[in-house]
Amino acid sequence: MAETVQSEMRHTGFLGLLQRVGLSGRALVMLLPYGWLLLFFLIPFLIVLKIALAESQMAIPPFTPLIETVEELKYQITVTFYNFHYMLTDDLYVVAYLNSLKIAFISTICCLLVGYPVAYAIAKADPKWRAPLLMLIILPFWTSFLIRVYAWIGILSNNGVLNNVLIWLGIIDQPLQILYTPVATYIGITYSYLPFMILPLYSTLEKLDNTLLEAAADLGCPPWKAFLSITLPLSIPGMIAGSMLVFIPAMGEFVIPELLGGPDTLMIGRTLWTEFFNNRDWPLASAVAVALLLFLVVPIMIFQNVQSRQGEQQ
Amino acid sequence: MANAQPSRTQTKLEPWRDPNEKPYVRIEKVTKKFGDFTAVDDVSLSIYRGEFFSLLGGSGSGKTTLLRMLAGFERPTEGKIFIDGVDMSNVPPYERPVNMMFQSYALFPHMSVEANIAFGLHQDKVPAAEIKERVADVLNLVQLGQFGKRKPHQLSGGQRQRVALARALVKRPKLLLLDEPLGALDKKLREQTQFELVNIQEKVGITFVVVTHDQEEAMTMSSRIAVMNRGYIAQIGTPTEIYEYPNSRFTAEFIGSVNMFHGRIVESEPDHSLIRSDEANCDLYVAHPGHLAPGTECWVAVRPEKVSISKDAPATGDGRNQATGVVKEIAYLGDVSIYEILLDTGKRVRVTAPMVTRRTEMPITWEDRVYLTWRPFAGSVLTN
Ligand SMILES: Nc1ncnc2c1ncn2[C@@H]1O[C@H](COP(=O)(O)OP(=O)(O)O)[C@@H](O)[C@H]1O
Ligand SMILES: [Mg+2]
Repeated sequence: MAETVQSEMRHTGFLGLLQRVGLSGRALVMLLPYGWLLLFFLIPFLIVLKIALAESQMAIPPFTPLIETVEELKYQITVTFYNFHYMLTDDLYVVAYLNSLKIAFISTICCLLVGYPVAYAIAKADPKWRAPLLMLIILPFWTSFLIRVYAWIGILSNNGVLNNVLIWLGIIDQPLQILYTPVATYIGITYSYLPFMILPLYSTLEKLDNTLLEAAADLGCPPWKAFLSITLPLSIPGMIAGSMLVFIPAMGEFVIPELLGGPDTLMIGRTLWTEFFNNRDWPLASAVAVALLLFLVVPIMIFQNVQSRQGEQQ
Repeated sequence: MANAQPSRTQTKLEPWRDPNEKPYVRIEKVTKKFGDFTAVDDVSLSIYRGEFFSLLGGSGSGKTTLLRMLAGFERPTEGKIFIDGVDMSNVPPYERPVNMMFQSYALFPHMSVEANIAFGLHQDKVPAAEIKERVADVLNLVQLGQFGKRKPHQLSGGQRQRVALARALVKRPKLLLLDEPLGALDKKLREQTQFELVNIQEKVGITFVVVTHDQEEAMTMSSRIAVMNRGYIAQIGTPTEIYEYPNSRFTAEFIGSVNMFHGRIVESEPDHSLIRSDEANCDLYVAHPGHLAPGTECWVAVRPEKVSISKDAPATGDGRNQATGVVKEIAYLGDVSIYEILLDTGKRVRVTAPMVTRRTEMPITWEDRVYLTWRPFAGSVLTN
């Protein structure tokens, strides 16, 4: 009798199968993100790492295998750190990394300076306007990223909208060379990643308890000072989250410096592209990619830390 | 009443009775509307130096809104507020000589307890040494000497409430506004803190305006109470006045419990009123000046503790202020007992009697027929 009751409680089909191997629904839910990471992050990363530890050769695929069969049941694993060594000794890569770092950093600061007032204004707007305003921030995502970056060529070129307007206003009489300089890259990255800065900032500012500002005013603090001593420090988590969301992808950015930056704007993403497609040196390109990832681990961990701390406070 | 010429000490304790005393806060015909909704409706009142003034009313009666207008966070739609004789209409909150303790405490989460308290002093550019001293003093006053270095989220609800109080007190404002200061505390802590609050107020000598929805709390702490209902002021008076001489059914029913007998005025004389009441099935004699014309519909309010209960018929009987009924409920509260009596007319009356004898000797029990009587001064005649 008891047995029939038990078997009734068992699920049939897939869930039943899982239950029989001792997996509850709960465990399944917890496994899902790990499975995802394993499939789409760890395995691809290991493949790239494997290539980075190989040697370039003229063949298909263009790198030496990791494991070779020497004779039956005898295998040989070949690992070379040549690519990493080369990367560290050739100035090109170090300079590209440092340059990427600089460009990503300056662009992040620009995003912060432009994004903060925008996020603040939306958070302070009448609640019925907030959703439409946020919509406008997200709206550019509806067109192709590539087209939007291309459009900046039309704006920034010597004969472009910006120079024409400035000349027409009489501010300058010679067109400014902006396109194909690092400045164009900053503009492009700032423009493209601005929503990633605004959204987390907005969500932090919008949650800020208005009675704190009233309390500050009540204690004799004028509004501008209350902004500095209350709003600003309490929005640091949003600033960090937004900065990481801009900084991390900007580090590896390829399209924007390629289209707007001109030949002098050396960034690691471009170097990687050149190694991969022009030189067909897959192992070196992979080594560059692995190094970039290690470079980003620190900011990613800061980001994670801020996120989880924010979660705890609520 | 008997003492028409108030003595000196009385004037000191009851400045609102002295015509020469200037009010510290004067609210003149203040109305606040949110869209079509009137949150505060034509309120006028004066608050004097050193008072512990309570705004008492149910939820949504406009207490917080009135307080926020005093602090400067809301502007009156109509009317004016004067503090110390100065029109506050165009004075922003950060320039008013008031401090507020917020209902939610509104402590700055990123600052330590000390930094929270010192915040207001920094705004006034008080020298660092003095800030340190004053913060330490006020922390001792609210008994949080050891907690200065903690962050607000590391404190209990009661401790946060003290920090909020300390932060408002440390600036030594002339006027301190407190919005439900004890609202978040449990009953026991609340009662204890009520007395502390009164002690602190006496020690620092600041004028307090306290918002509360708890009538017992208001009765315990206040020098005067303004009872608010749907945005207007139903009555202003000392706790005793409001309890003993309510001016409306609303106040009588809001403060404490009360028996209401419906009736009509029969006689209205300078020294008494006589009311015929169907609900009590007798004539009610109230020994206060009659102010209503004969024939007017009215209610006579009698507090439960003013009614005597007995199994014996009253000896002298003009039949006034007495009713008969059957005991339906008895609640022993230790010091007093509450009886609920069903009158012959079907009206239920509540009576509280002190426990003079021990319970085992209690003569009155369930389903006993009892006589209820009360004295001429016990009742109040009220209209809607
Ligand atoms: N900013 C506001 N906008 C619209 N209505 C409000 C606002 N503030 C308060 N009210 C309304 O005014 C009434 C009185 O509110 P409040 O003063 O907070 O009452 P209390 O403190 O006595 O509970 C409530 O009905 C409330 O909904
Ligand atoms: Mg309130």
